[in-house]
Amino acid sequence: MTTSPAGTDVTGTDAAELVRLLAAGEVTSVEVTRAYLDRIATEDGELGAYLHVDPEAALARAEQMDGVAGERGFLTGLPVALKDVVVTEGVPTTSGSKILQGWRPPYDATVAARLKAAGTVLLGKTNMDEFAMGSSTENSAYRVTRNPWDPERIPGGSSGGSSAAVAAGLAPWAIGTDTGGSIRQPAALTGLVGHKPTYGSVSRYGLIAFSSSLDQAGPMARTVLDAALLHEAIGGYDPMDSTSIAAPLPLLSESARRGARGDLAGLKVGVVRELGGDGHAEGYEPGVLARFGEAVALLEGLGAEVREVSCPAFDLALPAYYLIAPSEASSNLARFDGVRFGLRVGDDGSHDLDEVMALTREQGFGPEVKRRIILGTYALSSGYYEAYYGQAQKVRTLISRDFNAAFGSDGGQGVDVLLSPTTPTVAFPLGARVDDPVAMYAADLCTLPASLAGMPAISVPCGLSDGLPVGLQVMAPALADDRCYRVAAALEAAQDAARGSRFLDQLPRRTAGSEEGAA
Amino acid sequence: MSTLSRNEVAHLARLARLAVTDEELDLYAGQLSAVLDAVAQVQKAPVEDVTPTTHAVPMTNVMRPDVARPSLPREVVLAGAPAAEDGRFRVPRILQEEA
Repeated sequence: MTTSPAGTDVTGTDAAELVRLLAAGEVTSVEVTRAYLDRIATEDGELGAYLHVDPEAALARAEQMDGVAGERGFLTGLPVALKDVVVTEGVPTTSGSKILQGWRPPYDATVAARLKAAGTVLLGKTNMDEFAMGSSTENSAYRVTRNPWDPERIPGGSSGGSSAAVAAGLAPWAIGTDTGGSIRQPAALTGLVGHKPTYGSVSRYGLIAFSSSLDQAGPMARTVLDAALLHEAIGGYDPMDSTSIAAPLPLLSESARRGARGDLAGLKVGVVRELGGDGHAEGYEPGVLARFGEAVALLEGLGAEVREVSCPAFDLALPAYYLIAPSEASSNLARFDGVRFGLRVGDDGSHDLDEVMALTREQGFGPEVKRRIILGTYALSSGYYEAYYGQAQKVRTLISRDFNAAFGSDGGQGVDVLLSPTTPTVAFPLGARVDDPVAMYAADLCTLPASLAGMPAISVPCGLSDGLPVGLQVMAPALADDRCYRVAAALEAAQDAARGSRFLDQLPRRTAGSEEGAA
Repeated sequence: MSTLSRNEVAHLARLARLAVTDEELDLYAGQLSAVLDAVAQVQKAPVEDVTPTTHAVPMTNVMRPDVARPSLPREVVLAGAPAAEDGRFRVPRILQEEA
């Protein structure tokens, strides 16, 4: 086990505690960064979490952060991993696609710039489904990422490199992006906390676009408090994103601390019938529903008033999403034309521009990306637009109405938050769904409604089923992300207390050439 | 049952500038028919008098003062291009006939 001179198990320490240790000078950024780089060097060959790591650059940055005198960013010296969809100046960025192999962006995404300004050290860029299209990270053009809980299973997706890295102790925390569940689903399947912020509350500037009306970046971390701290570093208004909301972030880490004190008296909680409830349990594993039910009972024990809520339009979230997202993607991915960046194929004088574009895209894109471009092109084409894309947008309105009715935003009696399992099943085996897109899409069943309505939603671990993590999802009204953190922290604290350890302490920590290290 | 024929997939791929192979056409026609069948469920929704939602947040035009600001240096932008010449992107020929 990697220890600093002070004897701290650096890579087993929560990020919030590292913030304190670094500020107090009890560990240095170089020590922390080196500890993580060492683990990446020994473990990532098998795990497959990273696409790009530059140890020299990371250590140079860490050294620089150790030398900062006077005013410091609040995360000075903390390492962080970024999903490869986030553009980083001078650092290779591929979005998991061959079409961007070798591209070094000329600028930083707002998320990356804010993390730099906060003083963080970039550990590396993490693997993902190509252009964030997928639920298992198996659509990456580069490598397989394994689930640290069982290397024969998927780590979730599309932010599966980030989830695997954080769960396996190859990063203290990481940034993911979520279009239909790509933060929450991999977090749930690897035993992490993952939050999709309110749409518009974290800048999309510099995120390689998949579905612009849905994409949001957010934190993936080992604890609720860590997730809140990382969220605070990246969130808030950005004039570079025209859909950015000009409102201050709610108090997130404060809400996580308050939630951890365990008092939920008076909190009104709705359990969504359509997401695993009576008559809607088909496709849900009994172990997932059992852990979810126990967690809801635990929240009730902390004073929450629980009732069942019906959101009938949620039944159509999956078909609506798989029309809207591919439609937007077919338009967004038109920018990959072999002219301004990335791959160009067939430019040998024998092909005209159209042919070069078609050959470039054929060779540069993988199967799932092509399927979605074709489907989106179909759904937007004359004669089919109203029946598919137009109809999906109306279903999107119905889903928002269900949320508004549940939260009482339409003037009725509402609940404060909605709960569901994060995923219908635990992590499935590698390869199990790669040839069946419809089965793969079902992994997003529970996460899609909040995406379509722009609501914030968090996934927090709520137990194990067959030795694999199960996640509980907390959804809240737009701009009330603080409620997600409060409820998640209450559940986390109650479960940690009952267990006598943190959730991830149940995951045997692999260390090269040795038995499991002592914590 | 909604289906996408091999010919339809080939047409859509052409529109989307994807030079797909014959094997891909066979594969995608089957897979996309299954997907289309699943997503066609949206047609069951009761949507009379329902307005479509394009964005979850209210969208308004965002204006800024019309002042020139520095942009990325030309050589930095061209450094990422597959081909550049004389300080510009170089593209394959667009016109077919001899000029």
